[in-house]
Amino acid sequence: MAIAPARTVPVQPSPQPRTRKYGADGVSRRTMVGRIVVGVLVAILFLVPYLVMLVGSLKTRSEILAVPPRYFPQDGLQVGNYLTMWSTPETPLTYNLISTVVIAVFATLLVLLVATPAAYYTARFNFPGRMAFLFLVIVTQMLQPAVLTAGLFRQMLVLDLNDTWVAMILINAAFNLSFALWIMHSFFAGIPKEVDEAAQLDGASRLAVLFRINLPLVWPGIVTAIIFTFVASWNEFAASLVIMSTAENQPLSVALTKFIGQYATSWQYVFGVSIVAIVPVIVLFALIEKRLIGGLTAGSVK
Amino acid sequence: MSTFQQPPTTRIRTERGQNRESLVAALPWIGPVLILIFGVVLFPAAYMIYNSTRRISQAGTDVEGVGFANFSRVLADPNLPRILLNTLVWVVVVVTVTVILSLALANFLNKPFPGRTLVRMAVVVPWAASVVMTTTVFYYGLDRDYGIMNTFLVDIGLLDSPYGFTKNVATALGAAIVVGIFVSIPFTTYTLLAGLQAVPGDILEAAKMDGAGKVRTYFLVVLPQLRSALAVAVLINVINVFNNLPILRIMTGSLPGYSADTLMTYIFKVLQFDRRLDLASALSVINFAIVIVIVAAYVKIVKPMRED
Repeated sequence: MAIAPARTVPVQPSPQPRTRKYGADGVSRRTMVGRIVVGVLVAILFLVPYLVMLVGSLKTRSEILAVPPRYFPQDGLQVGNYLTMWSTPETPLTYNLISTVVIAVFATLLVLLVATPAAYYTARFNFPGRMAFLFLVIVTQMLQPAVLTAGLFRQMLVLDLNDTWVAMILINAAFNLSFALWIMHSFFAGIPKEVDEAAQLDGASRLAVLFRINLPLVWPGIVTAIIFTFVASWNEFAASLVIMSTAENQPLSVALTKFIGQYATSWQYVFGVSIVAIVPVIVLFALIEKRLIGGLTAGSVK
Repeated sequence: MSTFQQPPTTRIRTERGQNRESLVAALPWIGPVLILIFGVVLFPAAYMIYNSTRRISQAGTDVEGVGFANFSRVLADPNLPRILLNTLVWVVVVVTVTVILSLALANFLNKPFPGRTLVRMAVVVPWAASVVMTTTVFYYGLDRDYGIMNTFLVDIGLLDSPYGFTKNVATALGAAIVVGIFVSIPFTTYTLLAGLQAVPGDILEAAKMDGAGKVRTYFLVVLPQLRSALAVAVLINVINVFNNLPILRIMTGSLPGYSADTLMTYIFKVLQFDRRLDLASALSVINFAIVIVIVAAYVKIVKPMRED
């Protein structure tokens, strides 16, 4: 499920229900307090694993392996773990972080470069094979690298690209392309084409119409596509596991699994690195929280 | 009214007709997408199917064509029935429980209360976070000796003493299922929330005027409106859970043999540890065929192309 790749939901969000609910059928104070209590419990439930991570990353090695375990560190908070973890012997974490960043950034740039013109064109113009093209996009959107890893591994082996950033950039880009294209397509489709026609009457070229007129209007869609591609590439595991064989080249998701099953795992480092890897993507997702409900629904921009 | 129920309007058709372009004119715009999809998705798929009919040495040399021998070999594998059963249980339990819990959570998060946005953001966290890292915390937490979740279960009286959940097949699979549900709920909840917000307010008011109770309104008015969101949630989850590797790989990774494997974790064992690319390809082709069936169901039931 990784990031369960968000898909297009063919429903239209209606006006915010807020006014409706607070209105005539306003609820009693007791019900509202009850909702807040349930809300807090729900939030805690979903945050607990990450709080365990955070607290664990601040324990000493002997404390995190203590039997029986203690909930909170009693030897003081080991903030220094966040510095010492980079030189742990299990895996070269600095290189793993660099690999993760490089692969995610370039895969996202490639997707943006390739998907934006196609999304614009398919939203604006009709051409023979347009439906076939969109069908292809829908179908590949449902596939994940794990399904084709056996084929991808062999292909990259023959192309002499195994164990390279290029292989993982291409794979992450190709498998996230469709979703990004589909999101941007629905945003472009939401802009009245009269806007384009007016600009073209003024003598603007198609590229100028795309860049000057349309991009500023669809940027929420582009941001959503960027964040989804970036986070999915950042967290990719299955294909990297097989294709990236050198310790230095592996992304964090693969590198961290090497700690598991050891005699005395340095859990404090596993969790420190996890926090460093998770916080940025949580921030990115928080930025598009509203879009997760409204914006993923195809054609929601009217 | 949700527009998706309306047939495509002729207005759109004629507008598009005015802008009819040739395929040659379209190629510079869509060509790069086609190159990536053909080169990195369709080609490896075809290559994998081809490889499944070859004998490939452990060093990676293509030795000879063997027809369907790889398929008969993996299908005759005595471990396969158990693996398929595990896969079925894994997918059915995770998806069913996920959808039921997400339905309840989406209903709750659709009600107004102070701090709702913060709660919604907390629910998003497992969606954004790496599944490998989330699973790792559960694996550590359930350790018999130093696992903090084990201690918690003992402290609240659910367990008499710490239990080594990842040390035997049934409990390791159970723990994996719990993690699978945990990481699947965010996407599912948000999908259903989008569906709930699309339920028109006037329908709810009409139901109220007609004297329908809350329960009746929910089952007779709201749920039918959620049908398409539910179809998306179920099918996307089926495909994601079916293809999930990290959760089971980590949770059941310390167990010997194949008794806790699903098709996906088994493929990766054959690929990585046995280094049998030909057999792994044959298994992947079987896996791929199942995925295609689910995708076909998605295209048929959800009709994602409808807006066009």
